Amino acid sequence: MTNEEALQHQTQVAHGAAVAAHVAHHKQSFITKYIFSQDHKIISRQFLITGIIWAVIGGFFSVLFRMQLGFPDQTFPWLEDIFGKWAEGGRISQDLYYTLVTMHGTILVFFVLTAGLSGTFSNFLIPLQVGARDMASPFVNMLSYWFFFAASVVMFSSLFVSTGGSSVGWTFYPPLSALGDAAEGAKTGMDLWLISIFLFIVSQLLGGLNYVVTIINMRTKGMFMTRLPLTIWSFMFTAILGILTFPVLLSAVVLLMFDRHLGTSFFLSDIVIQGKILPNEGGSPILFQHLFWFLGHPEVYIVALPAMGITSEVVSTNSRKPIFGYMAMVGSFFAISTLSMIVWAHHMFVSGMNPFLGSVFTLFTLLIAVPSAIKVFNWLTTLWRGNIIFTPAMLFSIGFVSLFISGGLTGIWLGNAAIDMHIHDTYFNIAHFHLVMGVASMFGMFAGVYHWFPKMFGRFMNKTLGYIHFWITIVCAYLIFWPMHYEGIAGMPRRYYDYSNWESFKMFEGLNTFIGYVVIIVFATQFLFIFNFFYSIYKGRKMTESNKNPWKATTLEWTTPPLPGHGNWEGEIPEVHRWAYDYSKGDRDFIPQTEPIGEDEGEH
Amino acid sequence: METFFLIAIVLLIFLVIFQISKASEYVSVLKGEEKAMRQSNKINGFLMIAFLILGLIGVWYCNKLFYHGNLFSWGAASEEGLIIDKMMWTVIYITGFVFFATQILLFGFAYKYQYSDKRKALYYPHNNTLEFIWTSVPAITLTILIIIGLKHWFKFTGDAPKGSQIVEITGHQFAWEMRYPGKDGVLGRKNFKLTDAAKGNPLGIDWKDQASRDDVHVPTTMYVVVNKPVKLVINSQDVVHDVGLPAFRLKMDAVPGMPTTLFFTPIYTTEQMKEKTGNPDFEYEIVCDQLCGKGHFSMKGIVKVVTQVEYNAWFRNQKSAFSRAQEAALSAMNEGEAPAKMDTQKDLALEN
Repeated sequence: MTNEEALQHQTQVAHGAAVAAHVAHHKQSFITKYIFSQDHKIISRQFLITGIIWAVIGGFFSVLFRMQLGFPDQTFPWLEDIFGKWAEGGRISQDLYYTLVTMHGTILVFFVLTAGLSGTFSNFLIPLQVGARDMASPFVNMLSYWFFFAASVVMFSSLFVSTGGSSVGWTFYPPLSALGDAAEGAKTGMDLWLISIFLFIVSQLLGGLNYVVTIINMRTKGMFMTRLPLTIWSFMFTAILGILTFPVLLSAVVLLMFDRHLGTSFFLSDIVIQGKILPNEGGSPILFQHLFWFLGHPEVYIVALPAMGITSEVVSTNSRKPIFGYMAMVGSFFAISTLSMIVWAHHMFVSGMNPFLGSVFTLFTLLIAVPSAIKVFNWLTTLWRGNIIFTPAMLFSIGFVSLFISGGLTGIWLGNAAIDMHIHDTYFNIAHFHLVMGVASMFGMFAGVYHWFPKMFGRFMNKTLGYIHFWITIVCAYLIFWPMHYEGIAGMPRRYYDYSNWESFKMFEGLNTFIGYVVIIVFATQFLFIFNFFYSIYKGRKMTESNKNPWKATTLEWTTPPLPGHGNWEGEIPEVHRWAYDYSKGDRDFIPQTEPIGEDEGEH
Repeated sequence: METFFLIAIVLLIFLVIFQISKASEYVSVLKGEEKAMRQSNKINGFLMIAFLILGLIGVWYCNKLFYHGNLFSWGAASEEGLIIDKMMWTVIYITGFVFFATQILLFGFAYKYQYSDKRKALYYPHNNTLEFIWTSVPAITLTILIIIGLKHWFKFTGDAPKGSQIVEITGHQFAWEMRYPGKDGVLGRKNFKLTDAAKGNPLGIDWKDQASRDDVHVPTTMYVVVNKPVKLVINSQDVVHDVGLPAFRLKMDAVPGMPTTLFFTPIYTTEQMKEKTGNPDFEYEIVCDQLCGKGHFSMKGIVKVVTQVEYNAWFRNQKSAFSRAQEAALSAMNEGEAPAKMDTQKDLALEN
C-alpha cells in the first residue's frame, strides 16, 4: 500500500465508509499482512519478538561468562559440544570469553534495549495514543524493521566466522578494534560487527524520524502536546536523541572502517604490534572515544527514557491517581535529554584527555542527577495516598523505580572525576549501569509488555506467572549486582577472564561463585515469561468488547476495538478533550481523554 | 546422567509452576475478578513490605560479608588515595541516606496504599512548593559535591610536586615495562620506529639523545620510594591500556601516540602493607583497566614501595638499557653480523 492509498484508506474510514466492505476490498496476503507489513502494530510485534530472541541469546552469553568467573576450575563438556575449539576441554577459551562479553553488551544495549524496547513501544503506542491511523510513513517504518532485521542477520552470522565474533568490547575502542593483529576477534568478526551496526543505525534513524514526525503532525483533534501521555513524550525525546547522536556513531564506524582497510590514520599513531612497526602517525584514539561516547552516553538515555515513560503511565494508572507534576515530568525529560548530550566525556575522565575538559563534564554529569531526582520524587508522590492495584506491570514499574534509585545514586560517585579515578572500569561501574539502565530498562520493558499485551494480542497473559517472574527477577537482580559494589570499591577491574592470579582480588572468589548460581536461576526464570508470552498469544484468556479497557485507563488506545485492524479505529478517530491523567477526579474512578470537560469541572 | 536429572527437575518445576498459575486463573474467573484481584493484591502488598525488610537485612549482611579484608577497608596507601577515600565516605553517607529514605518510602507506600474498598485515591496533580524543594535541595547538595570533587581533581591532574621521582611505564600486549632516568634525571627521547627487540631496544629509545644513555629499563616491577612523590609517564606501544593502581586509588589510560601522566605519593612500604593486611603475599599490583585483548586479565605489574636506602641499593645494581643494547649488538657481532655504530665504552657505564 503506497502512502497515497494509505491516506485514501484513512479518509474513507474517517468518513465512516462501510468498514466491512473496506476490509474485504483490501484483502491482504500472509506476506503483506505479517511479514512485509506496514501496520505499525505488526511492526511493533516484529520488533518485540526479534528483541526477545536476542535477549535470550544475549542473556545466555552472560550465563556462560559468569560460569567462567564463578566456576573457573570446573569443566563443562557440553560447552565443547557447542563451541568446539573455542571451548576445548569444556572450558571457555579467552578469545571466546571476550567475544561473549562483547556480544552480551552489543546485543543487550542495541538490539534488545534500543530496538526491542523503543522499537516495540514507540511503534505500538505512538499512533494509538496520539490518535493516528498509522505512522507518518508506514513504508519507512517497515524499512526500519527490515534494516534492523538485516543488522541482526549480519551480527548473528559474525559469530560463525573462523576467527570468531568481535571480542573488543561493545565500546570497540581502537587501536584494538582497528588492528586484526591485536586480537582474533578484531579480524573478520569485527568487520561484520561494524557492518551490522551500520545497518542498525540506518534502522534507528528511519524509525526515529518517523516517530517524531508522527507525534508532531498526526495528533488527533484536541490532542495538544500538553495532553500527551508521558509515554509519548518519552518516545519523542528518545527519538530526537537518536536522530542527533546516531549519525556521530556512524561517522566513527565509517572512519574506523577506513583505518582498517584503506590505510588511513584517524585513530592510529605510533604503534608497534607483534613486533611490526606500523606506518600510521598523527591519529588519535581519544578522538574515537569522543565520537563513540557522543552517542554512547545519550544511548543510555535512549534506553532509559522509554522505560521511564512506561513507568509513569503504569504507575499512574494502577495507583488510580494522576501522575504527580506532569509538567515537571515533561520538563525533566527535556532536561535529561539536553544534558545527556553534553556529558559524554565522563566516560573518559582517565582517558588522558585534558583535565579541564574533565571538570566541565563533572559539572554537567552531576547536574543530570537533578532532573532524575525530580522524576523519582514524582513517582513516589504518585504512589502516596493512591489506591494501588498490583498488576504484574505495576510490580515491574515499582521495581523499575527501585532499581533506578539504586543504580542512579552510584552515578553520583562515578560522575565525580576525582572518585572516578579509583572506581572507573571496575565492578562498581558494572553494578551501576546494570542497575540503572540494564535491569531497570528491562523492567520497563516487562512492565510495557504485561500492560499492553492485551492490546497487542487481544488476550491476557497469566498474572500468577507474572508475579512469580517479577519477584524472582528483582530478588536475583539485587543479589547479583548489589555485592558487586564491594568488588568495585576494592578496585576489581571489569572484563577479566580470571582473577585467581591476583592477590588483590582473590577474596571475591566465593562471591563470584554465588553470583554464578544466581545468574543461572534468574536466566531460567525468564523462560516463565517467554512461555507465558507465547502461550498467551494463542491460548490466553480473550479480551472481549465489554472488557476492552482492562486496567481502566484513560488513554486513547483502549477506545479501539479489542483487536484493532490496520487503521486502528473503525469510524472516526475520537476527539480528545482532556489530559491523560484524570484518575479519581471528583467521584469518578477515571475519565477517558475522549470525554468533554464538564461545566463545573476545571482542567487539571 | 546428573545433567539429565537436573534438566528433568527444572522442567518439572516449570510444569508445576505453570499448572498452579493456570489453575489460579480458572479460580479467579470462577470467583469473580474483583475478589481475585483483592486476594492477589494482598499477597503482593505483603511481599512488598517483606522485600523491603529482608532487603534491608540483606544490605547489612552483605556489608558484613564483604566489607572487611579487601583493598578498600585497609585504607588507601597513598596521600592522594586518602583524599579519595574521604570523598567516597562523604558520598556514601549522602547517597546512603537518600537510598534508604527513598526505598523505604517506595515500598512503604506500595504496602500502605495497596487497594482498599474504603479508600479513594487522592486527586493530587501537582504542588509547586514540594517540587521546588526537591529540585533545589539536590541541586545544592550536588553543587557542594562538585566543588569538593573539582578541587581535588585539579590537584590530582595538575603538575606533580617538585622533586618527584620520574618513572616511565609502557604497556604492550600483555605486560608492563618500566624505564628510569639515570643520574641526569631526564628520560631520553623515544621514537617508535626505532623499536627493535632483537637489537635490545624493545622500547624504541633513541640512542642519539645523550640523555637516553643512562636510562634503566626494568620489566614488570616498579621500585618507588615511600613518602616520596612519583610521577608516572605512561605510554602504550599497541592498543589502549590503563595503569590501574587500586591500592593507591588512581588510574590513567596508556594511549599509543600520546603520553599521559599520573603522580602519587605512597605512604606504606610493601613490607608495611604485608603486616597491615596480614597477608605475607601482599603486593601492590598494577592492573590493566582497559580491555586490551585476550590477555587483558593477565597484564600484571608490581609496584615495590621501599625505603630510600633500599631503593639506592637496588638502583646501583641496574645496568643501563644502552649497555644492554650494546651487549646484544656485541653478541650479534660475534655471530658474524656487522655491529651497529656505537660510541665508546666509557659513555655507557653507569656511575652508580
